[in-house]
Amino acid sequence: MFWQVDFWLLVTLVITAIIAISVRDLLATVVAISIYSFVVAVLFAQLGAPDVAFIEAVLGAGISGVLLIVALFLTKRRSED
Amino acid sequence: MIQQPSTIVRTVVNLLVPFIQLFALYAIVHGHYGAGGGFQGGALLAVSIVLSRISNGAESLERFSSTRATVIAAGGMLLFGLVGIVPMFFGASFLDYEGLPLFWVHGAELRYLGILIIEVGIALAVFGTLVLIYDSLAGDKW
Repeated sequence: MFWQVDFWLLVTLVITAIIAISVRDLLATVVAISIYSFVVAVLFAQLGAPDVAFIEAVLGAGISGVLLIVALFLTKRRSED
Repeated sequence: MIQQPSTIVRTVVNLLVPFIQLFALYAIVHGHYGAGGGFQGGALLAVSIVLSRISNGAESLERFSSTRATVIAAGGMLLFGLVGIVPMFFGASFLDYEGLPLFWVHGAELRYLGILIIEVGIALAVFGTLVLIYDSLAGDKW
């Protein structure tokens, strides 16, 4: 629709992806991945695919974030890389 | 349980869960017309149960057990399979809603009803399976 909207959404996407792979605290990584999924959902909705955006918002930002946080609390919070 | 959630979190989640489930029902039933459908509605239902599991812990497991989630997932698959196979006994092909043995509806209305039953089956299967994934990951350790 407006190229500015697309542009800033894509910039947010790249920034959250870089944060997700570079931060040591894995809880912050999960939050960054959830934000990434939500921005992807907004992009899908903006491209005219509301069904795909719906699935991405529910599964990507909702369930997968919760599952990753549970896995994190059952193991360790800090990365050792 | 790792850490007892605060009263604020528990109150807000208990308030939020019925509204999420109502929206899930809307997404399932309204899937013909706009965004939504069986998969999304089932995922929303699973989100409501998982939220309740996170904030209420063992109490939620008592209210909605893993066994019930298994039964619901299997029932959804069975519903889908039956709607697919039953028309084959009445001379139609697999998943042909025209062949469903509901003799008091005809034509487009029958196809409409068949799609609705399929959506409910998908929603139940997705709902049960996602809750089961969470249960087998966290179990009673949460």
